[in-house]
Formats: sequence, structure tokens, C-alpha cells
Amino acid sequence: MNQRSHAAEIKASSVGKSFGNFWALKDLSLDIGRGEFLTLLGPSGSGKTTFLMILAGFTKPTTGRLMRDGRDITPMPAEDREAGMVFQGYALFPHMSVEDNIAFPLRVRKASGDVIRRKVGAMVERVGLRGHEKKRPAQLSGGQQQRVALARALVFEPSMLLLDEPFSALDKSLREQMQAEVARLHRETGTTFVFVTHDQTEALALSSRIAIFNSGQLLQVGDPREVYERPKNRFVAEFLGEINMLPLSGLSFDGQGANGAFEDRRIFVDETGGNLSGKDTLLGVRPEHMRLVRSPEGAVNALAAMPTGATYGGSATRLELATRSGIKLSLSVPTDEANAALASEGPVWLTWAPERGFLIPPSA
Amino acid sequence: MAPLLLFLFFAYAVPFFGVARWSVTLPEPGVGQYQALVLDPLVQSVFLRTFRICLFVTIAAVAAAYLIAFVLVRGTPLQRLAVEFCVLVPFWISVLTRAFGWVALLSNRGLLNSWGQQLGILSEPLALVRNEFGVVVGMTHFLIPFAVFPLASAMRNLDERVLLAAQGLGASRSRIFWSIFVPMTLPGIIGAALIVFVFALGFFVTPAILGGGRSVMVAELVYLRIFQSPDWGLGSAISVTLVVLVGVLMAALWRFIRPRELAG
Repeated sequence: MNQRSHAAEIKASSVGKSFGNFWALKDLSLDIGRGEFLTLLGPSGSGKTTFLMILAGFTKPTTGRLMRDGRDITPMPAEDREAGMVFQGYALFPHMSVEDNIAFPLRVRKASGDVIRRKVGAMVERVGLRGHEKKRPAQLSGGQQQRVALARALVFEPSMLLLDEPFSALDKSLREQMQAEVARLHRETGTTFVFVTHDQTEALALSSRIAIFNSGQLLQVGDPREVYERPKNRFVAEFLGEINMLPLSGLSFDGQGANGAFEDRRIFVDETGGNLSGKDTLLGVRPEHMRLVRSPEGAVNALAAMPTGATYGGSATRLELATRSGIKLSLSVPTDEANAALASEGPVWLTWAPERGFLIPPSA
Repeated sequence: MAPLLLFLFFAYAVPFFGVARWSVTLPEPGVGQYQALVLDPLVQSVFLRTFRICLFVTIAAVAAAYLIAFVLVRGTPLQRLAVEFCVLVPFWISVLTRAFGWVALLSNRGLLNSWGQQLGILSEPLALVRNEFGVVVGMTHFLIPFAVFPLASAMRNLDERVLLAAQGLGASRSRIFWSIFVPMTLPGIIGAALIVFVFALGFFVTPAILGGGRSVMVAELVYLRIFQSPDWGLGSAISVTLVVLVGVLMAALWRFIRPRELAG
């Protein structure tokens, strides 16, 4: 396929959806850039799928507007939106062959037989389904059905592709393979992709930006690194991966950074604070940014903790620790190190660089 | 299970084997009655008429039931309630009452004809009853509910997302209906058609009343051969033929759709 497909630019302003008294999505404003791979991430019931359905045109928003390339598409029905969609469970047409499934959007658009043959052929080739054209969906494996769904959604060169948890039914290795495939299709088609998932690893690996949802609200949007390393609140911090959190007292800002007290140590963070008040603020550090050392000497941030247990995990072992005041921490370390730490009598020391920490405002 | 099977055995199987025996023993042993059945032009025409009526009834009942099932499954809650009521009510009224109801509506002095004449639309009454038309109308009305259940079940089992997918890919409503919805509910349509056809084959009361003795169907012919022109051998042979036909169709039905899907 050539690069003819036009990538859409979407602007959602104050989009909301209520079912009776329940707001599935509240006041969402979000811009989706041309050719971007945006992931909507959140637990089930967070509003991410509702937003995807609003983008697709299957759900009418209760409030707000949706603009595509400067044009209001809020009232436009789904069949006119030219958006490819891959559903959870694929939603293939069971009574049609692979070929006919892929040709469907072209037939609907009254493409000529020649065009259909050429485009379907190219698409079959592209998703690696050569030799399966005449089969029915029921005769295909999960991964192959997934490919048919992708081919069917992309064959008419839509200006955006919407994917609703497309990998949830696949096993781990197939899932990774399909993720790579979707990333490749995104590169090759240049179309705007909007992807819904509840799997943070998937979101971090695939997206150019991630929008994190919880209970109907958009909490934060940013590139994967930004949302992982600088989460704006506790939910985002916890949802994106393991995190160690320490309550800081006496937080003060000094132009270059902040510092506060935890137990008997002073802790430094490279954060200018913004509108954080000093009270009840948490310090967050990702476990992989903490180091296990014998002595705190020479480290800016250090804290003592007693190892309390370990979970063997193959390549690394998860070491559980507790500080003197009982705050629980975890750390991923080589198995030998974990065993040594558990065998030692006294406490061990954890250190981390000031730029690795971030402040989390007290949760509302 | 056992008492039911025992009951079915004595109530149906034993009498049926009795009838099957008559068909090869009366008036004399042999397959003569079956030869007569094949050769007798009257019997032939009755079988032919039966098939023709059953075919019309099947098409009409399944088409109507498809629309009803569609509203029942995909309509608004109020529409569903209304349709459910209209489908269930006829079950509470006996087949005899319903047949006479149709006579009251369709006969020469019936409601339709008298209104038509009063309003000046009709100069003389239309022959709506005591013919095949009346039989088809009455039987269709009776059989629609039986077709609604397998169709509604097929429609309910259809994955909503497949329809959304078609819509998202740009298909219009009529396109979705004809290219996706109908083909995906085809097993239900075949099941409903077979049920209606099999039921229609054995109809007795409705054709006897609405056909007015002129549109005799197979079941009525059996009755006539047994009770009016005592020819028990031929009557039995016709009965056995009818049962075999129904059996073959039931076997086809079982192959097309699993019984689970018929239960609704």
C-alpha cells in the first residue's frame, strides 16, 4: 500500500457521556495528532472504551464536540466516518471467506472488481495471510483472525484506525508478535492509530503518547517516558508499574529542587514543585531506579531498610523490604544479591539519584 | 424420563404400528394400497395441493415471523412487550376458535367483504375463504409463533459487534441487513421453515374449516378415507406416507440446527 491514506487530526473538547446519572466519561479534552499512535490506558470502566466508541461514532457524546481536521464530526454516523476499527474478539463476518471479509469495505464503497482484487491481494500479502484467502474465520487461529481484522480495517485506507483491546484473547508470545505487527503497520501506513488497552506494558511499548483514564476522567497524557517517570498523581504512578512511595515531611523548595525528611534522613528530589503544598506529599521512585548498597556513603539519597522476603522471578528476584517506620518497599535485583541481603544481619541501604524521584500530590 | 417414554410408546408408537399394519393388510395383505396411493389421481392431487399450501404457508409465516422476531430482539422495550403479547395471545385461543374467527373475517358476508362493499371498494364479495387462500391465511396465522422462536433465538445469538464492525466499515443499514444480518441468521431461517413446513403438513382443523371441503389436505383425506368412505387400507397407507415424510424432514431439521437453538 502506498502512503496515500490521509492521517486524521482529532480534537475532542469537553466530551462527556452519561448513562442516566452515571458519567462514563467526564469532560474530556484531548488532541490527537496526525499519524500519532495514541493509547487510551486504564482499568475496565475507566471510560477509555467509551471514548473510543465516541471516536468511532457508535456512541453519541452527551456533551462536547469532536473535530476532525477542523470539521465538526460530532453528529456524523459511524458509517460515514471512514475510521477502521478492530474489535475485541475481532468481529469478523463468519459467513464470509477471509478474502470477502477484507473486500467488504471496498465493496460497500462500490470499488471496481480490479481495484478490489489488487487491494485485497496487497493487504493479504501485507498481513501474511497468503494461502488462507478462501478460508472461513472459524478455520483460522486467533492470530490469523486478528490479521484478517487488521487487514479489513486498513484496506480502505482509513484516516484513523481504532483498536479496542485487540490482543486480549491472545497468549503472551503471540501477543508480542502481533504488537510488533501493529507497530509495523502504523509505521507503514502512517495513519493515526488510537489503541485501547488495560495493559500498561503494551501501552508503554507501542505508543507515541499515552492517555491514562480512571473512573471516567482523563488523568494524564504524555509520551510513555513522561507518564512513567513523571506521573502526575498516585493513580497514574501505580497503574503504570511498580512504585515505591515514601511520605515526606517538611518539604521545602529551593529553586533547583526540593527536599524533605523521611525518618531521620533528608531526601532530595529534582522537582521545582509547581503547586504542591508541603503536606502529605509522597515521594515516588521506580524500583529499578533504586540500588542496593552496603553503606550510604557518597549517596545523595539513602535509606535503611530490613529485607522481609523475596519472590524468585527467573531473571531477577523481587526483594521485599520495610523501613524502620514500617513503609514497605520492593526492588528487583539479581537473585544472588537478594539472597545476600536476606542473609545479612542488619539493615541494607537503598540509594537513588535525585532526578529519579518524583513528587506525588496527596490523592483527593 | 422412563414414564414419559412408556407413555409415548403406548400412546403413539403402538397405535402407529397398528395403522402401519393395516396399510399392508387391508383389504388384503400386500403393498397394493401404496401402489394405489401412487397411481390414484385424487390422492396425487391432494398431496400436490398439500405441498403447495405448505410451501406458501412456510414462506408467508417465516417472512412475517422474521419481522416479528426482529422487533422482538432489536426493538424498543415497549415494542418488544407489544410484540410478545401479540405472539403469545393466539396460544391461549384454540385452533378451532381461530379458524372460525377467520371465517367471520373473510367469508362472503364477513367483516372484510361487507366493509369493502359498504365503502364501495368492492362491487361483489371476494372469495377469501373456502379456498386455498383462506387455508393459507389461517395456517400462516397459526404457525407464525412457532417460527418466531427459532428466529428470535438466532438473532439473539448474533454478535452485536459484527454489526457494528460492518457499520464502521461504511455499510448502510440495508447493506448490513442483507449482507450480514440475514446470512448470519440463515440457520434460524432454515430451522423455522422446516418447523413450519412439518407442522403444516399434518394440519387438519384449519384446512377443514377454511377450505370448506374444497381444499382438502392430506390429513383431511385420511379422515375421509377412514370415516366417510371406509377404505382403512388406503387411509393407513396415506398416514404412514405422511409420517415418513415428516420423519425425513425432521431428520433434515436436526442436521441443520442443533435442538438447543430451537428451544430459544
